[in-house]
Amino acid sequence: MTTPKIERLDIRSSDDVVRVRQLARTLALGAGLSLVDQTKIITAASELARNTLDYGGGGFVVAELVEASGRRGLRLTFEDKGPGIPDIDAALKDGFTTGKGMGLGLGGARRLSNEFSIHSKPGEGTKVVIARWK
Amino acid sequence: MDRIPILKFGNALLVTIQVDMHDRLATALEEDLTSKIVEYGAKGVLIDISALEIVDSFIGRMLDNIAAVSRILDADTVVVGMRPAVAITLVELGLSLTGVKTALNVERGMALIHARLKTSDSEDDDAED
Ligand SMILES: Nc1ncnc2c1ncn2[C@@H]1O[C@H](COP(=O)(O)OP(=O)(O)O)[C@@H](O)[C@H]1O
Ligand SMILES: [Mg+2]
Repeated sequence: MTTPKIERLDIRSSDDVVRVRQLARTLALGAGLSLVDQTKIITAASELARNTLDYGGGGFVVAELVEASGRRGLRLTFEDKGPGIPDIDAALKDGFTTGKGMGLGLGGARRLSNEFSIHSKPGEGTKVVIARWK
Repeated sequence: MDRIPILKFGNALLVTIQVDMHDRLATALEEDLTSKIVEYGAKGVLIDISALEIVDSFIGRMLDNIAAVSRILDADTVVVGMRPAVAITLVELGLSLTGVKTALNVERGMALIHARLKTSDSEDDDAED
């Protein structure tokens, strides 16, 4: 079986969050990440998938194996058309939550990834991209 | 609905988490454990997470909640078998699991619970003297 290079998955239920973790794991293995790095990126993916579900009202993830200057890695793009985040700096702070979470998801995902970017507009939705390189 | 089995193990309860947890399962486990602690008068709860490939803040919160409720019901919670890669990741995630004791395996976790029981027994004795 060859590892898929790019795959899209809808995030509409808590079972889908489990599926996102499995997909991230398959791609992290395909990129040849170490066990610790696999664990980090799967954990980050789990946090972002849950945010997409809980705050974004559902959405999807695009997961891809990437290669740049001879390095392999994986990139995950989470997107939703939910309410958006009015103050991104505040949302990134540890302990900040508007729900009943621990407020560690966004900041944690940023720390656990090599690349992290977030775009969000109130009323339009949120897009978070993370990547981890071998 | 599936549920995670809870085994009675001396005066403690043993839960082995083998599946990738989703929300309903986590909520059901919190509820089941609470009622079993009361039913058996359990003094300890061992949660074996050696099968878990990751612990995110959702599972972390579940473990914290279980520990907090157990404490109120006078039972100790010990999380056993956390994988090294998971421990490293938790630190970077920012999850400290302050209310939760950890042990390498079930035997050592059980020993932790018994150690506390012995100390509190002798404290009781002291109080009676
Ligand atoms: N996809 C999203 N859409 C709208 N708001 C979001 C989204 N992701 C995160 N947020 C906001 O950012 C806050 C912080 O998120 P996070 O760090 O994951 O902590 P938690 O999930 O515990 O609340 C959330 O409480 C929510 O207000
Ligand atoms: Mg979150």
